[in-house]
Amino acid sequence: MMLTAVFAGFVLAALAPWLTARLGGRVGWLFALLPAAIFVWLAGYIPAIAAGESFYYHYPWIPGLDINLTFLLDGLSLLFGLLISGIGTFIMIYAGKYLDGHQYQGRFFLFLLAFMASMLGLVLSSNLIALFVFWELTSITSYMLIGFNHEDEKSRKSAQQGLYVTVGGGLALMTGLVTLAMVGGSYELVELLGSSEVVQEHALYLPILLLILLGTFTKSAQVPFHFWLPNAMAAPTPVSAYLHSATMVKAGVYLMARLHPTLGGTDTWMIVLGLFGAATMFTGSLMAIRSSGLKSVLAYSTVMALGTLTMLLGVGTPTAIAAAVTFLLAHSLYKGALFMTAGNITHETGHKDFRDVGGLRREMPVSTLFGGLAALSLAGILPFFGFIGKELMFEAVLEANTIGTLITLLALASGIMTVAAAAIVGLRPWFGVRKPTKHTPHDPPLAQLLGPGVLASLGLLLGLLPFIAERSVLSAAALAIAGEPVELKLSLWHGFNLPLLMSAISLLVGLTIYWKWDTVRELLQARRFIDTLGAERGYDAIMRALVVVSEWQTRVLQNGHLRYYILTTVMTLFALLAYTILTRYPVWPGVDFSGIELQHLVIAVLIVLAALVAVSTHSRLGAVATLGAVGFGVALMYVMFSAPDVGITQVLVETLTVILLVLVLFRLPGFLDLTEHSTRLRDAIVAVLMGGVFTLLLLMAIDVQFFPSISEYFIEHSYPSAHGRNIVNVILVDFRTLDTLGEIFVLALAAVGVYAMIKLRAEDRKEGDRP
Amino acid sequence: MKIESSIILRAAGHFLLPLLIIFSIFLLLRGHNEPGGGFIAGLVAAAAIALYLFSMDIQAARKALYVDPRDLIGGGLVLAVLSGIPAALQGKAFFTSLWWPVELPLLGEVKFSTPLIFDIGVYLVVIGSVLTIVLNLAEAEEKS
Amino acid sequence: MESLMAIVVGILYATALYMMLRRSIIKLVIGLILLSNAANLLIFTAGGMTPAAPPLVPEGMLQPEGLVADPLTQALILTAIVISFGVLAFAVVLIHRAYEVVKQDDMDMMKDTDR
Repeated sequence: MMLTAVFAGFVLAALAPWLTARLGGRVGWLFALLPAAIFVWLAGYIPAIAAGESFYYHYPWIPGLDINLTFLLDGLSLLFGLLISGIGTFIMIYAGKYLDGHQYQGRFFLFLLAFMASMLGLVLSSNLIALFVFWELTSITSYMLIGFNHEDEKSRKSAQQGLYVTVGGGLALMTGLVTLAMVGGSYELVELLGSSEVVQEHALYLPILLLILLGTFTKSAQVPFHFWLPNAMAAPTPVSAYLHSATMVKAGVYLMARLHPTLGGTDTWMIVLGLFGAATMFTGSLMAIRSSGLKSVLAYSTVMALGTLTMLLGVGTPTAIAAAVTFLLAHSLYKGALFMTAGNITHETGHKDFRDVGGLRREMPVSTLFGGLAALSLAGILPFFGFIGKELMFEAVLEANTIGTLITLLALASGIMTVAAAAIVGLRPWFGVRKPTKHTPHDPPLAQLLGPGVLASLGLLLGLLPFIAERSVLSAAALAIAGEPVELKLSLWHGFNLPLLMSAISLLVGLTIYWKWDTVRELLQARRFIDTLGAERGYDAIMRALVVVSEWQTRVLQNGHLRYYILTTVMTLFALLAYTILTRYPVWPGVDFSGIELQHLVIAVLIVLAALVAVSTHSRLGAVATLGAVGFGVALMYVMFSAPDVGITQVLVETLTVILLVLVLFRLPGFLDLTEHSTRLRDAIVAVLMGGVFTLLLLMAIDVQFFPSISEYFIEHSYPSAHGRNIVNVILVDFRTLDTLGEIFVLALAAVGVYAMIKLRAEDRKEGDRP
Repeated sequence: MKIESSIILRAAGHFLLPLLIIFSIFLLLRGHNEPGGGFIAGLVAAAAIALYLFSMDIQAARKALYVDPRDLIGGGLVLAVLSGIPAALQGKAFFTSLWWPVELPLLGEVKFSTPLIFDIGVYLVVIGSVLTIVLNLAEAEEKS
Repeated sequence: MESLMAIVVGILYATALYMMLRRSIIKLVIGLILLSNAANLLIFTAGGMTPAAPPLVPEGMLQPEGLVADPLTQALILTAIVISFGVLAFAVVLIHRAYEVVKQDDMDMMKDTDR
């Protein structure tokens, strides 16, 4: 069942283009059935998991490498699984209508469904390798979806940027995960969760932590990697709502939460996550009120939320974890709703900027209601669920000791700006003066209202009845993150205390900012230096450098001169061999000229002389003859040193080679001395050096025997087991048959290649095939 | 190839070809116990046909071969792969050798076996490959 | 004996590389031929060149008596010789074809023909 749930999405994705072509936009309702079914199935686990149970599924994949498809269903994965499938349901319906009639709607659903399956696999996997594979799959599907409008250059660039940043971080993550598995002794999350002491006291703890955080920070758009997320808004709105606010970008948060019991709780963890999270939160909220695009305000406020979650995980107290899970749920609900509403505004009016829309409440009353509800939750107003999350967040940062003052101030500042952003999102398009629009707006059809409606209403419902969320999944999720039971105590009213005061301040100041938003925004936008913050410039510089380097290395290495390729290869080989010989083998190998008989010496001298003549001759016939002499000399060596089979083969091949050369070589022009004297001298030196290294290498190989030869086995077993007296032949056709099979395939391919090359020219001549 | 070869070479080609082919088969069959085997036997047979080619002409060489050398390559590869299947059918590892000793006239006891089938495959591939190369080159030479 | 052969192998490698570094196509072919001889001889020598019986099991015995030459290197070289013939044929024909198409046997000039 678990496998089905995870992989059904991929199967449906494969069918999506075909189904969409048949059914059109209505297909969204059909596709929504899958996430809906998964949601219902997962919801069935709520009672057991709320009672503290967890479920573990094991399917062998590559057992030899300890890589298995294992799945862990506990509070945390359940919370994420429900969010992915629940919001996924509405996104499918929404996208069916939103992209109705789009040329590539089928392709869109393909990627979207594949993404959903990858994301489910990611949060449910218990094996680190499987988790990583799903992690990368989400990056790839996200890339496809950001670049969905592939004819638009900005889309392509944003898609690439998102891919490079997240996959680059993924590389670090993989290294971190593998090291973690080596240190912790298992690739299984369930086992790693219990080995925090071993891991945290290990010398490699810091590298592991930093590598994994690099992966999660890039994925979850933490400062300084936050720049890719607003650019990713080039994707169609359902993608922004689903991937870039509710689910994928939370994968990093998920992994940090998941590994909190293993890696968390140390000072490093607290400071790194706390500071980076707080910085991201502040940057996100500041950038949100500095922008004016419908989607970019929402995107930056997502950056703010991701920073908040990271910061809360860094603080790591029970209150902070309670705040994290609450904030996570609240954010997914209102942000999904707000993005879909923003999409509806653009869809209906044709405008993409908050400056261009206003007073739409009469034409779009239902949208106004849902957008407003969601914005109230974002602002953290009583009695919405967002309020509870925000209160808990303030409470948590007030409790934090190490860097408490700093992050409290940042939290208050970003709280203020978030209220302002919520006001921009929730008031600006609907109220005030009716601005002229490109199209006449109406409330969109049900498919596009269902998602915002349900999600925004849930934000209100859970705010009024917080115990529903608490008892179903949030307690269990907090348990999984903390590694011990956490009492959430979710309620709307905590009495008059400091968090409430902070809420009140942020509300008042935030609304003031909104009142003067146009001035504030222009003031902020005039501060150009803010644009230069963040790593986007670094990213651009790296990309430019890559191009420069690749141009340079292509020019240098792929220069089109075969002999320079050979020279480079040979010199590299020479350097590596010489280095190895000098460092690993300090003893000069023994040279032993005893036992050489006259005939051996004569043949050796013959081979050498023939080779030298072949090199220096100017006659083609002379070259062929001397090459033959080399070959026959070598054959004689084989025969004299007890290799009759090899000797015979060499003689036969030598004969055929002469035939070959006669047939081809004489149809080429004669020898040319093309190179200058100095070049020849250089080549001669290189050749002699390399020859010397091979002599040295061979002397060493004879001198040292590292392993017992496997030949003994063949000699002993040739007759008893393989019934053959010619051991060489037995090796060829019995002991090592598969090798020989490969070799005759190579021979056959060479022959086919020759045939093809000769016959190819028959195109412009007479068709001369079989006689 | 328009070489006016001498009568002696022509006569030698005529008589040597069958002898060399038989010799190559002899080398092939004894290869498991004495120097020889598919590679050597294949080269001998190919060299024999190449010799014939030089003493006669391409048409004659192709006729002496009966089949297109490319078919020999394919047939040889198929035979070599097939020799691994009997063992696989018996549940053993692919290419595990199986033996059926047979008494034959003239040659004495020949142990019929999957390695022998494989070696025949090698023999055919070597003949086919070498002759595909040589015959086509010679043909190209003739045309130009 | 191995020491002598090591020197022979070294010289063969040197001549082969020198020829492969030339600009003329034909010299490249000669270099290839020398290179495959050098490599085969290298493997053969590495297997040991002490005088020993050929790797054959005498009639009526289960195992060869006394020292026999290393059969494994022989098997390796045997196939290598045949394959290097195939590869050589391929290279030679390729070069010939290239020459026919671009009418140029100086490889420095060939470089410019794909523009």
